[in-house]
Amino acid sequence: MKRLIIASVLLFAPAFGIASGESVHLENANIDLTDKESLKRGAESFVKYCMGCHSLRYMRYNRMGKDLGLDEVQVRQDFIFNGAKPGDQMVSAMRPADTEKWFGTPVPDLTLVTRRRSSDWVYSYLKGFYSDDTRPFGVNNIVFPNVGMPDILADLQGMQKPVYGETAGGDQGEIEGVEPDPEQPGTMSAEEYDGFVRDLTNFLTYAGEPMKLERQHLGIYVLIFLGVFFVLSYALKKEYWKDVH
Amino acid sequence: MSTESSGFLGWIDERFPLTKVWKEHLSEYYAPRNFNFWYFMGSLALLVLVLQIITGIWLAMNYKPSAENAFASVEYIMRDVDWGWLLRYLHSTGASAFFILIYLHMFRGLLYGSYRKPRELLWIIGLVIYLAMMATAFFGYLLPWGQMSYWGAQVIVNLFSTVPVVGEDLSIWVRGDYVVSDVTLNRFFAFHFLMPFLLAALVFLHIVALHKVGSNNPDGVEIKKGPKGNRWSDSAPADGIPFHPYYSVKDLAGVAGFLILFSAVVFFWPDFGGLFLEAPNFEPANPLKTPVHIAPVWYFTPFYAMLRAVPPLFNSQFPGVVVMFAAILIMFFLPWLDRSPVKSIRYKGTISKIAIAVFAVSFVALAWLGLEPSTYAKTLLARLFTVLYFLFFLLMPIYSKMDKTKPVPERVTK
Repeated sequence: MKRLIIASVLLFAPAFGIASGESVHLENANIDLTDKESLKRGAESFVKYCMGCHSLRYMRYNRMGKDLGLDEVQVRQDFIFNGAKPGDQMVSAMRPADTEKWFGTPVPDLTLVTRRRSSDWVYSYLKGFYSDDTRPFGVNNIVFPNVGMPDILADLQGMQKPVYGETAGGDQGEIEGVEPDPEQPGTMSAEEYDGFVRDLTNFLTYAGEPMKLERQHLGIYVLIFLGVFFVLSYALKKEYWKDVH
Repeated sequence: MSTESSGFLGWIDERFPLTKVWKEHLSEYYAPRNFNFWYFMGSLALLVLVLQIITGIWLAMNYKPSAENAFASVEYIMRDVDWGWLLRYLHSTGASAFFILIYLHMFRGLLYGSYRKPRELLWIIGLVIYLAMMATAFFGYLLPWGQMSYWGAQVIVNLFSTVPVVGEDLSIWVRGDYVVSDVTLNRFFAFHFLMPFLLAALVFLHIVALHKVGSNNPDGVEIKKGPKGNRWSDSAPADGIPFHPYYSVKDLAGVAGFLILFSAVVFFWPDFGGLFLEAPNFEPANPLKTPVHIAPVWYFTPFYAMLRAVPPLFNSQFPGVVVMFAAILIMFFLPWLDRSPVKSIRYKGTISKIAIAVFAVSFVALAWLGLEPSTYAKTLLARLFTVLYFLFFLLMPIYSKMDKTKPVPERVTK
């Protein structure tokens, strides 16, 4: 009877393979947290383009400065434009209650966005806007359908248009991807924009877990110590257990 | 206890049985000499309990149990508190490690019949520890006040509201509010702080019971009933060795091995692919925004899968709740369900071996299914595995009795 049960388990096994829901293909962000220059460029872009609306509520200016190798003068000069002090958190001047009125949803804080979504998601999202006349701001996003945010980077990237698949009958099918709209080019080339978005994603990934590199660095020493400790404790055990065997 | 200590120790011993306790429970506590890998789990679980209590107290020094500040205070710990990130990752990884160790510890009991006479109470105290652990984990999971914390607690507290007649009042009583709120967070924090000390007391009772009956072993042979006399004592069991130093040094090596795996997770993979720290929990709790997919943390998912698998009766999920709690309660009867003449799986027959394998597969499969959004096929699978889970227990009196067993040796092997 038990064999029957095992057989029926195997019978059901293919059901394990059934994936649920569809997911958008995400591009590899290919970031490097050790690249301080990239992080600095990303931080500058964040302050310039994102912080008008978005905050990094849990990130302090001076912590960022310390980790990125900037002194306090540089931090004040290049990153603080709203009278904040270096020890303050990077909070946008825009009030969440206002943003809810303007965009239909409160603008999210971005400190933990890469931990909530993923770095690849942020990278793909920032490259995923396309023109869509049915939306309030005339744009939609392939990674985040019906997003409330306008395409504020369109001047840099240029506008993109959607690419649709075909149904069996030859009609217009589901949206499959986006491609540049040659009639509305941006000020950056495709490669420049990729680099720009990568730096921004790199910085946001850093902001999500500022101690990540420190954690991994320390982890190596901890594992080396424990490895030695294991060898010694195992040798001690063998020595003692000679009596037993 | 013939040897009388003198000096300072003697002064202590006249007032407190220090040497006596040391001898009875460590240096002259005789454990079977044939423990294998499975026997590391108990001491490691104790280590993790201590780790959780210590890291927990230090986290509580900076944590704010209020709906307004809880989420931010966790990020404050992660960023602004010296070594706060390490305390937090040790604590979050420790929670999962504790359950992994306890599941393995319990499975060891299943394999070698460690719940059988005279260890019924030992098994039952262990199950009470398991229940207390689940309560602790449930209270603690709300504290980060992320989306999954909030909605997971909402779903679990709502289980109480399915109880006929008094359910609605009961769930309000548990929450202290009509929804999970600041009030709920405050009381959950209070209980989360209290429970570990109850756990420590229960662990003490578990060890007292263990040292009364003595440890079982992979052969399921009672060393106390075997011949007497070993190189340390004429009256001690021949197959026993003093816990200290033999098992204390062996467990020390086990601790080193465990800490290597544990630290690898803490330092290099603390979210463990979203199982130990779930991505939706990096978004602050929002009572107005229900996540599309709510799943409890992995260690609860086998029971969550059972809950979802049971079809509602008269529009009530109560039967599912009953089945879920029954899945845990049925373990209390295990010592009396097993009618096999032998304890250890080593000497049990094929049917018992297949039964325990099917049980293990069902448990893991249910854990996986509980993490997944439910679909028709997955609900069917969850039903199948729920039935198999219960059949393992319910049919045990029959199959354990009819199963052919092998002769058990007089002495432990190896």
